[in-house]
Amino acid sequence: MASLITCPHCGARPKEEFTVKSAALPRPSADAGEAVWFDHVYLRDNPRGAYEEYWHHTSGCRRWLVVSRNTATHEVADARDASEARP
Amino acid sequence: MRYSALSVFLNGLKGNKSWQPAWRDPQPKPHYDVIIVGGGGHGLATAYYLAKEFGSTNVAVLEKGYIGSGNVGRNTTIIRSNYLLPGNNPFYELSMKLWEGLEQDFNFNAMVSQRGVLNLFHSDAQRDAYTRRGNAMRLHGVDADLLDRSQVKAMLPFLDYDNSRFPIQGGLIQRRGGTVRHDAVAWGYARGADSRGVDIIQNCEVTGIRRENGRVTGVETSRGFIGCDRLALAAAGNSSRVAAMAEMRLPIESHVLQAFVSEAIKPFIDGVVTFGAGHFYVSQSDKGGLVFGGDIDGYNSYAQRGNLATVEHVVEAGKAMIPALSRLRVLRSWGGIMDMSMDGSPIIDRTHIDNLYLNAGWCYGGFKATPASGFCFAHLIAKGTPQQTASAFRLDRFARGYMLDEKGQGAQPNLH
Repeated sequence: MASLITCPHCGARPKEEFTVKSAALPRPSADAGEAVWFDHVYLRDNPRGAYEEYWHHTSGCRRWLVVSRNTATHEVADARDASEARP
Repeated sequence: MRYSALSVFLNGLKGNKSWQPAWRDPQPKPHYDVIIVGGGGHGLATAYYLAKEFGSTNVAVLEKGYIGSGNVGRNTTIIRSNYLLPGNNPFYELSMKLWEGLEQDFNFNAMVSQRGVLNLFHSDAQRDAYTRRGNAMRLHGVDADLLDRSQVKAMLPFLDYDNSRFPIQGGLIQRRGGTVRHDAVAWGYARGADSRGVDIIQNCEVTGIRRENGRVTGVETSRGFIGCDRLALAAAGNSSRVAAMAEMRLPIESHVLQAFVSEAIKPFIDGVVTFGAGHFYVSQSDKGGLVFGGDIDGYNSYAQRGNLATVEHVVEAGKAMIPALSRLRVLRSWGGIMDMSMDGSPIIDRTHIDNLYLNAGWCYGGFKATPASGFCFAHLIAKGTPQQTASAFRLDRFARGYMLDEKGQGAQPNLH
């Protein structure tokens, strides 16, 4: 894991300030049906390479972010506020 | 050649010049009855039991690196069967029974050492939970004993019993648990499978799964196309990537787990001890180093290395349990990639493709399961039906709502 994540609000901060949630996936609508919800809750692409995740800036601005990260090299390419980066 | 004290003695007289390699280095044949993708512990054990128990010897194990280079050589070597849930416990107990007879069975010294696994508890609530787990184990015929504080103190006087936050109140011990030399497990299974005709093909990475009319016909590899009647995936860590070659998406994320070994010291800890107030477990190897580990780092990763923050966290938990650890130097740390499943339990099942079989999702409990995983996967491949003790490890349990969530964390892999 890269040691720094550049928060859009706070700038470059140590990654220990952040908490990872999980894959940043578009949330299905409430009436989307069982198959769509099963896919959303349980199945993952789990790629080796570029990946988007929700991280919480727990010890900083406490905003939810979408962090673009590489799962093989651990490089962080980008971090955006989750409200502006709906996948 | 059969290994024995006599063969060691006789070879010693001849200057140890007539030992043969423990397994061949064959060229891949154009076609096999069964191809197993992944030459880790589980893949090799599957090949071994296919050949030995189910009479299927036209088998190849394809390994992208070399035997023992993945998780089978990266774990902390602990074996135990102290599980709560009825879907898990009989399977891990089968594994324990196979461990107990393994060295005689495959004629290899795997240094199976039943030195006991002790889980410490630190509160009344935790004692109740451990009592329940111990009772569940005993109802399944597995040994379990609840120790009070004075009994633990007699065994391990150097623990921090009066830690102000996490005083030790006792522990749940499985005396048949212990450690096994992990490399020897890979080597023993490889040798046993090879001697029965299985081809172990190293440095052979699978790059594609060829299908015709909805059936697998073979695999594309870095050493050319190899045909097969049945294809078995045992590539934990990279299960999602291999399954994607057959357009499957799995309920799995890949995470990195770190492990550590200290400098060698005189005999200090004679069993395996786990901290109940944080994720920390430790044992002492026969060379004298303390082997220990903790939680996964928490983020998806395919890199076989972790983060310093987790190193600090693990060592802090260790020091809270054994203050004397602060005087010890860490010799090495390393990482392995875990198949973290959505309920913390594994998958041994058929797939939507008739002749494609899946063994995946072992989280960080794969090593102890190696013999039973191989046996049950071989059973499934040979007979087409699940072995009885592995019948809960279905791929479709997530869709049906039959999760095996030992820890009760829900569908968040990094919390299992």
